[in-house]
Amino acid sequence: MTRTPTRLTHRFKACAAEGRAALVTFITAGDPDLATSQAILNALPGAGADVIELGVPFTDPMADGPAIQAGGLRALKGGQTLAKTIAMVRAFRATDDATPIVLMGYYNPIYIYGVDRFLADAIAAGVDGVIVVDLPPEEDRELCLPALAAGLDFIRLATPTTDDKRLPTVLANTAGFVYYVSITGITGSATPDPSAVTGAVARIKQHTDLPVAVGFGVRTPEQAAAIASGADGVVVGSALVDAVRASLDGEGNATAGTVEAVTSLVRSLAQAVRGVGRQAAE
Amino acid sequence: MNVPNSFRTGPDENGHFGIFGGRFVAETLMPNILELDAAYQAAKADPSYRQEMDAGLKHYVGRPSPLYLAERLTEHLGGARIYLKREELNHTGSHKVNNVLGQILLARRMGKSRIIAETGAGQHGVATATLCARYGLQCVVYMGAVDVARQAPNVFRMKMLGAEVVPVQSGSRTLKDAMNEALRDWVTNVRDTFYCIGTVAGPHPYPAMVRDFQSVIGNETREQILEAEGRLPDSVIACIGGGSNAMGLFHPFLDDPSVKIIGVEAAGHGLASGQHAASLTGGRPGVLHGNRTYLLMDDDGQIAEAHSISAGLDYPGIGPEHSWLHDIGRATYISATDEEALAAFQLLSRLEGIIPALEPAHALAKVIEIAPTLPKEHLMVVSLSGRGDKDIPQVAEILGSRL
Repeated sequence: MTRTPTRLTHRFKACAAEGRAALVTFITAGDPDLATSQAILNALPGAGADVIELGVPFTDPMADGPAIQAGGLRALKGGQTLAKTIAMVRAFRATDDATPIVLMGYYNPIYIYGVDRFLADAIAAGVDGVIVVDLPPEEDRELCLPALAAGLDFIRLATPTTDDKRLPTVLANTAGFVYYVSITGITGSATPDPSAVTGAVARIKQHTDLPVAVGFGVRTPEQAAAIASGADGVVVGSALVDAVRASLDGEGNATAGTVEAVTSLVRSLAQAVRGVGRQAAE
Repeated sequence: MNVPNSFRTGPDENGHFGIFGGRFVAETLMPNILELDAAYQAAKADPSYRQEMDAGLKHYVGRPSPLYLAERLTEHLGGARIYLKREELNHTGSHKVNNVLGQILLARRMGKSRIIAETGAGQHGVATATLCARYGLQCVVYMGAVDVARQAPNVFRMKMLGAEVVPVQSGSRTLKDAMNEALRDWVTNVRDTFYCIGTVAGPHPYPAMVRDFQSVIGNETREQILEAEGRLPDSVIACIGGGSNAMGLFHPFLDDPSVKIIGVEAAGHGLASGQHAASLTGGRPGVLHGNRTYLLMDDDGQIAEAHSISAGLDYPGIGPEHSWLHDIGRATYISATDEEALAAFQLLSRLEGIIPALEPAHALAKVIEIAPTLPKEHLMVVSLSGRGDKDIPQVAEILGSRL
């Protein structure tokens, strides 16, 4: 498919040119409150995040573990909405026009916002792609095809249960990058086996030229480095959301240390990812 | 909207009833969903599966369940002639076992050794635990912590049957959260685990498959009423949480235009209070738990917490086929409050010597309202989907000061 290169394409190419994997960081929009979350978002690139996944909170996150569930509930309690999440991206773009931002979440908030309105507002705000956990290829007409037509990358999850027969279906309408879910499970629940992941990435690359980022369960700089050696990107989410939680005061409010709790972890993850070269998996 | 020639042909191959249904699940589960669909299609075409089902329904469940003319209730209300479809007499005390038998036999065919289920009132959990005991399968039941507290007898029954009951502490700690947790388990243990969904909801093929298993209710009713009265009923009525007993009763009558079809949702403290579980009356179409259907939610698409005195109806959604029947107008959906259900619970106990579960008490509440307005020759069938033993401690507490 010929498409205008997006920020995602440029960023993955730039990282590849440096001979390393991209660090993809996930935070939940509005966690623990809108202002703190905006400050974290704005500070991520400076701390070494190459790509940002901004989680759209949902009451019923069926594919997420306790850390991201709790982050979403904190954000919702603070009054976070999809409109406010899109506005966060608009504010971010005032100072950063290069770092790709992908919205990640579940379909219902987008469906209720209205697909056409969502695509228009998200693109105008500077969103580069979407990951919608509960929209498999069987439901591509809902959002995937309209998003691609509008110029927004639709990033698909491939999993250990996606076999070679199904892989082409999963990759068919994917753009930006492929997100390989390194475990059968929910976010943050288990530790991926780096050698199995490297093999899985190689298998996916036989079917696509898109970069492959790996996530679900990567928590420490050591794990990130191990995954980064065999993939185009490594995604860290639950650990960052946990860092937010650990920084809160007794009432669950942000403290002076909340932003730094996230950025210091991102810095050490970035250092680890930059410290390892990319194996020639291609 | 186009009205089809038959209301009984859905869903299409992608699981859609009009705009409702579908397969909105994480990729990890998709291969399993497709495998399940193929396995179910194969089983349906296999006479030995049908024979195994029929034998189980007859000798283990105790079917057919009676269609009972409720003479004193009829006399008391002074209108329609009221029949009760006695699903509460099934083994395990509700209609849930009809579906569980079908799914467990399917799980065995698929070689799955571990069964998971969600439960609200505990009736589906008990039925699942029962058949897992019968067939020697590992059983894990997810149940909201709120429901664990208010349905203690069923929790004990499940444990007695060898199941592990996991109280779910997330979200509103009721049925929807139990379903989230069951889906998380399934994503994690996808290779050896069969998810036995308890109602006509979830990703395709569950809504159609569960409906097929529950249609034994309506199919028997049809035969029994023809035998008793020589004609079809004028109306059929059932309570709806997810809507499996209702769909089972309704489906065989969908193409009989003379049969009025009425579903009763839980109105909790009243529709105006905002504290209810009436998805069709108070909700709008959205996507949750693998399907598009009517849901209770806010303007941001965040799912609202349902409220009902009945744990089995305390769910912010409804099966997609009901949403479709609602939109095309083939079925009528109304609602009954906690108070109305409690009154019906007591009335049936005293007039017929049958203590109903709080779930069908919602349907009975509307029978009490509607039947007196109808002529004596009007034949009305009510699904008595479960017995009230499980609700005794809860109702005793509520009525304690009044009895």
